[in-house]
Amino acid sequence: MNSTRRNFLKASAALGAACSVGFPDIWIKNASLAHAAGGEVKVGILYSLTGTTAIIEKSLNQACLMAIEEINAAGGINGMQIKPVVEDPASDPATFAEKARKLVLGDKCVSLFGSYTSASRKAVLPVVEKYHNLYWYPTLYEGRECSQNVIYTGAVPNQQQQDFVPWLVKNFGKKFYLIGSNYIYPKEENNVCKILLKRLGGEVVGEEYVPLGHSEFSSVIQKIKDTQPNVIFSTVVGDSVVALHRQYKAAGLDPAKMPMASLTTSEEEIAAMGGEFAEGHFTSAPYFMSYDSPENQKFVAAFKKKYGPDKVTNFVSEPAYFQVYLFKQAVEKLGGKDITPPEIRKASWDQEFKAPQGVVKIDPKNSHTYLWPKIGEAQRNGQFKIIEQSKESIEPKPYWAYPGQVCTPEGLKQA
Amino acid sequence: MSDILNQVFTGLSLASILLLVSLGLAIIYGTMGVINLAHGEFVMLGAYTVWFLQKNFGLDLLPCLVVSFFAVAAAGWLIERLIVRHLYKRPLDTILATWGVSVILQQGIRLTAGAELRYVKMPGWLSNAVPVLGVEVSAYRIFIFVLTLLLLAATYLLFARTRYGFSLRAVTQNQEVSRCFGINAARVYSLTFAYGAGLAGVAGALIAPLKSVSPDMGTGAVIDAFMVVVMGGVASLMGTVASAAIIGQVSGLLAFVYNDTVAKALVFFGVVILIRFMPEGIFSVRVRRG
Repeated sequence: MNSTRRNFLKASAALGAACSVGFPDIWIKNASLAHAAGGEVKVGILYSLTGTTAIIEKSLNQACLMAIEEINAAGGINGMQIKPVVEDPASDPATFAEKARKLVLGDKCVSLFGSYTSASRKAVLPVVEKYHNLYWYPTLYEGRECSQNVIYTGAVPNQQQQDFVPWLVKNFGKKFYLIGSNYIYPKEENNVCKILLKRLGGEVVGEEYVPLGHSEFSSVIQKIKDTQPNVIFSTVVGDSVVALHRQYKAAGLDPAKMPMASLTTSEEEIAAMGGEFAEGHFTSAPYFMSYDSPENQKFVAAFKKKYGPDKVTNFVSEPAYFQVYLFKQAVEKLGGKDITPPEIRKASWDQEFKAPQGVVKIDPKNSHTYLWPKIGEAQRNGQFKIIEQSKESIEPKPYWAYPGQVCTPEGLKQA
Repeated sequence: MSDILNQVFTGLSLASILLLVSLGLAIIYGTMGVINLAHGEFVMLGAYTVWFLQKNFGLDLLPCLVVSFFAVAAAGWLIERLIVRHLYKRPLDTILATWGVSVILQQGIRLTAGAELRYVKMPGWLSNAVPVLGVEVSAYRIFIFVLTLLLLAATYLLFARTRYGFSLRAVTQNQEVSRCFGINAARVYSLTFAYGAGLAGVAGALIAPLKSVSPDMGTGAVIDAFMVVVMGGVASLMGTVASAAIIGQVSGLLAFVYNDTVAKALVFFGVVILIRFMPEGIFSVRVRRG
């Protein structure tokens, strides 16, 4: 016990000495700011490889690393290679924060790519904000965030819904039943849906939230039968999606008359429930694996070649892929200048890239991304048939449902 | 009228799934006094057995049910032999040991079968709804209901009418005395544990096509099962049936009037109040225990 304490004291004394020697310029400028140096650009990769969300996050990790490999093979950024430092935050928000701190302070990465859940992003936020680093977040999420240290490349509610809801009303009718898992994301999405419906003269005949992991939908289905909506608007997530679709069909409901319209059902969930249960239901997302574009064919082929022929790409792994290219273009633009996270952020604004889903662009107003929402109808073979797609890329509005609040480059403003 | 019928059918379906999942636990807990926290993982193993058989041999659900029973029963028998057997005199330690077993099984499946959700096929002839008394009811839910009744009847006959059941009741009442009469108590316990595990396996196989198959699907199942067994009274099969029926109907009704989140909380609240005033459950049977 004594010896450990002595060692500890010694170690901390040494650390203190190292600090005072190591950072002589601490008074001159913000020394904790990371730089790129030595012919390489170091970035942190922060997707869980173990734990509850590992399956999906592993596909994000793979898509991200594939992009880095492609960029390096093509000559890197202005002759510099991107060097990824991969950490496993184990699906645990506290570990996310700890690993982010290590990547920022220890490895001096100039940007981090990571996170699937909002909880993990919220855990990393204080770290990147404190040390002025930059976090690239690929997942669709609920909006209402305006950090100066995050680049958001996934969809926010207005992007997934502003074409989708009118299309549903036009094709199926005005009565909606809202069903979601019981946490923040479905509630924010439903807020947006209710506002859109009100404008269109629609009606919410039921709104229901089930516990995460819930798998018994008989009561919900009975209420749906009772209220006879035209559309079941679903933001249920995870294994509940599978149970809901199966029990929907088993109860004798018909997608041709009362389809489920989802923002969260992807090719992955359909593989687990079986195509016969997904057939005829709709999802709105900026990307589907079946989307026909040369960029997407290349992306899917490369992904399968690298990771196996049975692998699927989805609407989260695609942004995890293209955001690395946006990062590359931003660093390229800096040219010979200092490569620091705040400079990368400014250089990333207005960057355009021909992604698998279409040409995406980072909005300088709020560091979110212009995307190409599509409406897909699930097929028996597990893929989506794309029914509609927007004519132009749709502007991200993270505070769409909150008039009076605007996200600006300087942070959130009350109008 | 059709509203009430709908509600009753929903409740019956919920009750039959609850009973199905808790039957095995009721037997192990009720006769052996072992609090088996690995019960949910037996359910999970049953579901994965079906997935494995369908994926590799393309079997239909019905033969899978039989294989699931024997496969999970074998796993249960092994666990009883290796671990539970040595802890009969230390009931509190069995909680920790079986919980450990559940963690091992869950992670073992995660490592071997993978963490992703798995697809189990529902038989085509059961995947739609059929009209019953003018109400559309899911054919598969009726199938579960009927099979649960059959399993219940089989279990009753096994306990009441066979030599093994007779031995088990004797051992449950007084182990030493029954040993003196030439009953191999250790063997009876092994078989009972295996039978309870097998029932859990069938339960997992049956709910797999209706819900989703994942390594942690047993966690929710074990909670439901304990709630049913504790409320029903640990030593009574009829108590388990009654308690599953009550909980099924009540939670169906509450979920319809409010929502599933509220229903879950209120049902738990009700069970807590109930066991505060009826610690033995609603159907306590007074037996002498040795």
